[in-house]
Amino acid sequence: MLKDITMGQFFPGESLLHKMNPSLKIIATVLYIVAVFLCKSAAAFAFIFTITVLIIIVSGVPAKVILRSVRPLIFILVFTTVYNVFFTKGDTLLFSLGFVRVYREGVFNAVLIAVRILCLLVGSSVVLTYTTSPIMLTDGLETLLKPLTWIGVDVHTFAMMMSIALRFIPTLIEETDKIISAQKARGADFESGNLIRRARALIPILVPLFASSIRHAVDLATAMECRCYRGGRGRTKMTTLRPDAADWIVLLFFALLIPAAILLNVYVPFFSI
Amino acid sequence: MAYFELENISFSYDESAEGGETKKVIDGVSLEIEKGSFVCVLGHNGSGKSTLAKILNLVLTPTSGRLVIGGKEVSGPEISEDEIFDIRRRIGMVFQNPDNQLVTTIVEEDVAFGPENLGVDPEEIRQRVDSALQTVGMSEYAKHSTHQLSGGQKQRVAIAGVLAMQPECIIFDESTAMLDPIGRRDIMSTIEYLNREREITVIHITHNMDEAVRADRIIVINDGKIYLDGTAKEVFSSVEKLRRVGLDVPQVTDLFYDLSPYLDLPSGVIDIEEGAAVLADRLKNGKA
Ligand SMILES: Nc1ncnc2c1ncn2[C@@H]1O[C@H](COP(=O)(O)OP(=O)(O)OP(=O)(O)O)[C@@H](O)[C@H]1O
Ligand SMILES: [Mg+2]
Repeated sequence: MLKDITMGQFFPGESLLHKMNPSLKIIATVLYIVAVFLCKSAAAFAFIFTITVLIIIVSGVPAKVILRSVRPLIFILVFTTVYNVFFTKGDTLLFSLGFVRVYREGVFNAVLIAVRILCLLVGSSVVLTYTTSPIMLTDGLETLLKPLTWIGVDVHTFAMMMSIALRFIPTLIEETDKIISAQKARGADFESGNLIRRARALIPILVPLFASSIRHAVDLATAMECRCYRGGRGRTKMTTLRPDAADWIVLLFFALLIPAAILLNVYVPFFSI
Repeated sequence: MAYFELENISFSYDESAEGGETKKVIDGVSLEIEKGSFVCVLGHNGSGKSTLAKILNLVLTPTSGRLVIGGKEVSGPEISEDEIFDIRRRIGMVFQNPDNQLVTTIVEEDVAFGPENLGVDPEEIRQRVDSALQTVGMSEYAKHSTHQLSGGQKQRVAIAGVLAMQPECIIFDESTAMLDPIGRRDIMSTIEYLNREREITVIHITHNMDEAVRADRIIVINDGKIYLDGTAKEVFSSVEKLRRVGLDVPQVTDLFYDLSPYLDLPSGVIDIEEGAAVLADRLKNGKA
């Protein structure tokens, strides 16, 4: 079950997005997210949805992966949809059942917000994490945060910590699965009882997980020392993706999403939320 | 020429308890290791093998004694940080748990980690990474995620990561312990290739006696002291002594030892073929 989490994973490839300079890609992701949040009318949402599908196709990330990444969102999607359908008041009553009144506006709101959540999570992970290896991601972050070194922040160390954290997500997930099985074999019960009981049942998982994380960290630190790691000083990089013309064009494309969304909101304002 | 020269090296983890009951994890070890040799280190859990390994590449500094590496004394207090890092580059280390030594998620990025730390030019890093991956037979996995590889493959990536730093010596600290028989065989043949063809000095720490017999020399450590030191034949002749410190011998050696009260058999037989030949000879000549 925990293996389904694809967040923070990277799918190697040769697409335009894979080859993009990571700093610009981070900026592009922020622009994309802003554009999604600015969408108000149905037309704007249709537009951003199409763009998102386009991005997925360009990225070459398999559809199976995309669908798998949606699965953990189902609960949130169902919850917001139900909430919006039943609790939005509007002018056009579609039907009523006892005290429940469903308005047309509610249905539209529900659909648009579901689209917003989907685009936000799928789109940003396709643009950023699926197509950027953690090292590249943290390289990009390091470049973007460089100015902070002026006020004494150790940006390299921060970036290295980030990339190691990402690197250990799959290892720790695997370990959590193992610990859960081991505790179940000892008769632990994670599925019954009220919320507090269940939360307490997590302690026998968290404690060993914490202990083993420390063990991983100590070993990894020794291994890094043996491989001559001594912080950012005098370090070179095997691959530096310099921003080229294509990257700037992609960035411009993402920047244009914002005015496009605003214009669609203003000029095609039907079913706005 | 000796590559490592250790003279009365001692080490203890807690220096704070000075003068009192500090437990010496390494206790007055003196030894020489030849350049290009393949040395195996045996010893029960906690005998100080890993500690000794970490002293050899200066991750730990000996508390006392003299350490000379490649003709240069490195145990003095005047050694600079750059010299320490140069020693670490020349003496690579591969550990037991593959998951705890891979720093990044993509195979080739991980192999590049060492040379990147050394400040090597990007084009040269690329070449080193490609050739290191080729050497360990992992070229086709260059772009794969490390967490999808098998244990043996992860260890080969770890070896490639060390090779990319162009070391003169590699220390394997129980690098085969977590692997299945196939992964184990893979890593052993990679180690032998590096030693024979690339003339890299190999120090292999293991609990597996069948791996140990393949080394030129075996050093047995017990409670931080050198207990036995010699060729595989010499060391495994001392079955009694080995058993006393809780160590096994290869199965053939064990069989010959147990049979020796009844048959007049040579001691220190470590090779199955050789053992079979000796037994067949005895049976033919009817001495049994
Ligand atoms: N970081 C440390 N701090 C304090 N004591 C340590 C530390 N690492 C190891 N020791 C102690 O030093 C002794 C030798 O440990 P070492 O790891 O060198 O043994 P080993 O021969 O490698 O054993 P194993 O076969 O289990 O790997 C042990 O008694 C151990 O408890
Ligand atoms: Mg050890």
